[in-house]
Formats: sequence, C-alpha cells, structure tokens
Amino acid sequence: MTTPVAARGSIVPIILRRMRVPIIVLITAYAIAVLGFTLMPGVDDQGEPWRMTFFQAFYVVSYTGSTIGFGEVPYDFSNAQRLWTMVSIYITVFAWLYSVGTIIALIQDTDFRNALVRTRLLRSLGGIREPFYLICGYGDTGKLLARALLGRKQRVVIIDRDMSNVEELRSRDSGIYVPAFCMDAEVPGNLLDAGLQHPWCAGVLAVTDNDHTNLKVAIATKLLNRDILVFCRADTEETANNMLSFGTDLVVNPCEDFARRLVMGMREPDTHRVYDWLTSLPNAPLPHRPEPPQGRWIICGFGDFGQAVYRALREAGVSVLVVAEAVDDCPPGSIPGKGTEAVTLRQANIGEADALVACTDDDADNLSIMVTARQLNPDIYMVSLENRLYNRELFRAARPALPVQTSYLTASRFLSVLSAPMLRDFLKQSAAQGNAWNHVLVERLAEITGDMTPDCWTITVSDKQTPAVTLALRLGEPVQLGNLCRDARKRRNRLDAVPLMLRRGGECLLLPDDDTLLQVGDRMLWCGTPQAQVLLGWNLHHLNSLRYVHTGEHRPDGWVWRHLARRRAAAGD
Amino acid sequence: MNLEKVVFGFFILLALTLNFGFFLGEIDNPEHHNVYELFAAIIVSLIATVLKFGERTQIGAVLLASSLVADLQLISAAIVWAVAVHVLDVGLTPAVMASIVSLSGGALLANAVSTILLTVETVTLHR
Repeated sequence: MTTPVAARGSIVPIILRRMRVPIIVLITAYAIAVLGFTLMPGVDDQGEPWRMTFFQAFYVVSYTGSTIGFGEVPYDFSNAQRLWTMVSIYITVFAWLYSVGTIIALIQDTDFRNALVRTRLLRSLGGIREPFYLICGYGDTGKLLARALLGRKQRVVIIDRDMSNVEELRSRDSGIYVPAFCMDAEVPGNLLDAGLQHPWCAGVLAVTDNDHTNLKVAIATKLLNRDILVFCRADTEETANNMLSFGTDLVVNPCEDFARRLVMGMREPDTHRVYDWLTSLPNAPLPHRPEPPQGRWIICGFGDFGQAVYRALREAGVSVLVVAEAVDDCPPGSIPGKGTEAVTLRQANIGEADALVACTDDDADNLSIMVTARQLNPDIYMVSLENRLYNRELFRAARPALPVQTSYLTASRFLSVLSAPMLRDFLKQSAAQGNAWNHVLVERLAEITGDMTPDCWTITVSDKQTPAVTLALRLGEPVQLGNLCRDARKRRNRLDAVPLMLRRGGECLLLPDDDTLLQVGDRMLWCGTPQAQVLLGWNLHHLNSLRYVHTGEHRPDGWVWRHLARRRAAAGD
Repeated sequence: MNLEKVVFGFFILLALTLNFGFFLGEIDNPEHHNVYELFAAIIVSLIATVLKFGERTQIGAVLLASSLVADLQLISAAIVWAVAVHVLDVGLTPAVMASIVSLSGGALLANAVSTILLTVETVTLHR
C-alpha cells in the first residue's frame, strides 16, 4: 500500500542523476587527453622515434589533470607532445572545475537540502523502537504537549507547516531527539512519512490552529491506522461533533470546556476544584482561585470564546452584557466598542457589574481592558483570555482573578487523559456526586499533595504491572488496598497517594475503601505525588515489601535465610 | 523520437560492438587485438555506466549492474596489460594476451546482457 519509508525521498538517485553530465564530461576529457598523448610523436633518450603507451599517457594526464605536474616523464617531450600537454591541461582542468562546481551547486540547492534533511528524519524515525506520539502543529499547545511528554521520557514526532517553529524546535536541546518535519499535516502522505503507520506510533495529537486541518488529520488517522489514539482540538461545536462521529478518541473544544468549567466553578466550587487540580499539568503550583460571582457579567469581545462563555452563563441564568466592535451578530442590547476605553465600559455600567471577561483576540486589548476596568471598579472579578503564551508575564503582572490560556487548557486535558485513561470516567462520575462529596475529596487531595498539583496514573492488577500482587494472590495471601498505601520503609506512614477509582468488570467503585481486597484484572486510578508513585511501585513489584506493609514483619528471603529462619523457628519450639 | 533514448541506446550498443571487435581473433595472438580498441571500449563502457546512473526502475538497476561488471572486467584487462608490459617487463606473451582477452570476453557477456535487457524493455514498451 505504501512505499517503504527508506525508499521515499532518497537522495542517492538525485545526486547520481545530477552528476551524470559532469562525470561524462570528465571521462571524455581524460579520454581525449590520453588518446592524444599516445598519438604524439616523441624522441627517446637514444634519439629513436618513440610514442607513449596508454599506461604512460594515463600517468602523464593523471598528474597534469589534477594540476600536480611532475615534469616530462619518462623522456623529455618533443614539441608535438608539449603542444598536446597544453591542450590536455586546459581540457582536464576545465572539466574538473565544471564537475566540482556542479557538486557545490547541488549542495547549496534548497531542494537538495530539504531532501537531505528529510532522508535523515526518515532514517531517525525508522530507528525509533519505543512508543511515540505524533504532534500535528507546534504552536503554543503543541509546545506544551511536547515539553510535558518529553518530561515524562516519552518520544514525540512533530509536524508543523511553519518553518520558523520547526527551526526553533531544532535549535532547542530537549534531551531526547525530536524529529521535526516542516510540512502540511493536511496531506495524508506527509502524515505517513511522519510515521502514522509506524509500528510504534501510539497516538496522534492534532493541535493546529485550523479546525479543518485537525479534522483531516483525525479522518486520516482513523482510516489509515485505526488502532492508535487520536486526540483533536476543535474550535467550533460543529467540528467537534463531526470528529466525534467517526470515533475520535478525545475532542477538546477549549472555549466550551472553559465555559462549562466557569459555570461549574460558580455552582459547585469544590467539584470544579477537583476537576481543576486533577487535569492540571502535574508538578505546578496548586491553583487556588476565587469563586466566580453570580451577579452581573460583562463580556468584552464576541469571538468563539466570548460566545461560548455567553451561552454558558445565560444557560446558568446569569445576566450578561456583551461589548463588541461589531454588534450586528451580538445579542440585543449589546454595547458597540472595544471595551478598551473608559467611555464604553461606563456605558456598560461597569460600576454595578460583578465580573468582566476580557476575551478579544488581541492580547494588548485584553490587557488594556483589564487595566481600565480596574480603575473604574477595583473590586471587579476579572477573567482574561491569553491568546499567546509569550504574553504570560504581562498577564501575570495584571493579576486577573482567572487567567485563561486555551492552549494550556487543551494540552492539560490531552495529557491527563493520556497519562490516566480512567480519569475521564472518574471526572464524569465525581461531577455527578455533588459539591459536598467533592469537598471531602478536595481536603484529602490538598492534604496529600501539599502545594503542588497531583499526578494521576492507572494500575492494572496483572503479572506485568504488579507482579508482587498477583504472586501474593496466587499464594493465597489477600491484598488490601489500604495496605498498599503504606510506606514500605516504615509501614505506619501513609503514602501521599489516593486510589480514586477501582474498576472491576463493568463496575466502577469511587474512592474504594481501605479494606477493599484486590483481584487479578482490577484497574485502579491513583492520584498523588510522583514520589508516592515510586514508593507504591515497591509494594507492587516486590513481594517482601508487600508482605511487610501487610504484616509488619520483615521476612528473610533467599535460600540461606529461609533455612536459618526455619532452624530458628524449630529451636524456638 | 527521444534524443535521450538515442544517446542511451547508442552508447550501450557501441560498448558492445567495440568490446566484440577487441575480443575477435585468436585468443593468444597480440597481433589480433589492438590496444586502441580496448581503450575505446573502456571509455564507452564508462560513459554507458554513467548514463545509467539515477534510474529508479528495476530494469535500470539491472542495467547499471551489468554495466559495472563490464567496466570492472575491462579495467582489469587494462591493468593486466600495463602490469605485464611496464611493471613486470614480461611483454605480451601468449599467456598474458589470453588472460587479457578472456577478461574482455567476460565484459562482452555483460554488455550483451545489457543490450538484451534494453531490447526487452523497448519491446515491452512499444508493443
């Protein structure tokens, strides 16, 4: 169906084809020069007439052609031979200059260089022997994703249409080699080159800023390699539904996502906190955000983001006023203007408003709106959209109550699902439990993780992932979930980790109790610090640790120690 | 008519005919084998090889291979000649001549294969 990776874009045929003419010129020049020398009459040292043999002629041409010049060998030349020497020097030197010039021109050729880079990339891609993710689009979202995945020692391959993005990536030292292709992800052939059907390709993350491109990537992935995951970013609900219709594994519409979370934060602050903490990028400061107020809201800017927030707030029954430059498409009663001037904001009655959303598609305008609004109403709750990550410092200085980066939202959602596929189900179920239930969980999470965002991971009880647990079960020793959470160095200490959910067969158990007994095939979702994850690994991998956390006894192991222990027990009897 | 095809066919055929001309005659008699003919055969064979560079087709690859074999054989013949006459000073004895001519005979076979392949390709293209 496809040509093998190595055969495509190979550079050897390109070089050979370009070198055809220069090499023929060189051969011809040498042939003429050698032939001429064998024909020129000469005189040897005895004064007899003499002609060069081919061997002697080729010798002379070889050193004159390469402009080394040993002189007249083996005998002094006759004038006829000297005449021919001049001719052959000019022929061969110019033939060499032409050939070398062609090679240099070929090396400087952009097409040739691209082919060279491409060949190198394809070769490095062919050498990957571990799962990798294919990231389409290396904008803000792509960068966050790549950085986080590389931080987890996972391989990524990147496609971006913009050369400057690719150059930036190539110049950055990320520790692990990242193949970066500068090409259009919309063309399925390019995706194939970038490893869509590579046996180690684990998933495709489509995060370009173009909905249509993301859609095409999703379709191509589902058609050409349906076994792998495909995660997409979509900016409109229509595209999102389209993507879901053919089985895209995760579609994130950052605007809708944020709007839903805003309303969730307004109604059930603790449910929102659980959601927020579990889906943040791990090992970042734990966000503590003030709750959004219920009163009057002003939205400046009515793009995708503004519309999504407007709809969500209206559905929640909050009164909203829109300020936008073009008010034709806006709901009735909207105020025309940017919102950057005090006049417009006063007209929107900012003094009486409780909250303001600055979400134009220009970061400078958003910053300006915030500064102006704060002068007019110092206590107002502010939500600001950050379009570009490089403006982060400015937004941090402007201190909005709720900064929003759509790229961050998308990347963190992708990553949370990638690292723990069960997290999505857990969040859905926990949201249905109500605020009080989530409040308990929030307190527990805060206790465990301190000031940093927690990490989530899944564990399946199996020989591969938890050899100690399956061994213990086979030996007839029950394994309690609560004991797994103990520190294998000192069992009185609890690990900073919580089992969030246990799935057995089709059943899901939220926050399973400590005395839950594990069975082979159970799947668990855990959340905690990275350190706790490592310590938990001891209990799961080493039978001795597992026995110790259960019984508190250090059992000697190994043939000699077992023998001694038996003797000691016998002596004790 | 395609000029490139003409040039290509010309050189492949010329390599064969020159090779044949050198090969013809009593195998150990230096009188029957002209050094200029060997020289011409080598040059034409080299050019034919270069013309086949960069062909991506299967038949192009086999053509290039057979041409490289012919080059190798002819150049070996020339080296034997030069070593016998200039390095060892034994001159063109019947044994030396026989080995030179038999080497060129091998090249002749490779050139014949080239020509047959070219013919096959042409025939399949213009049925």
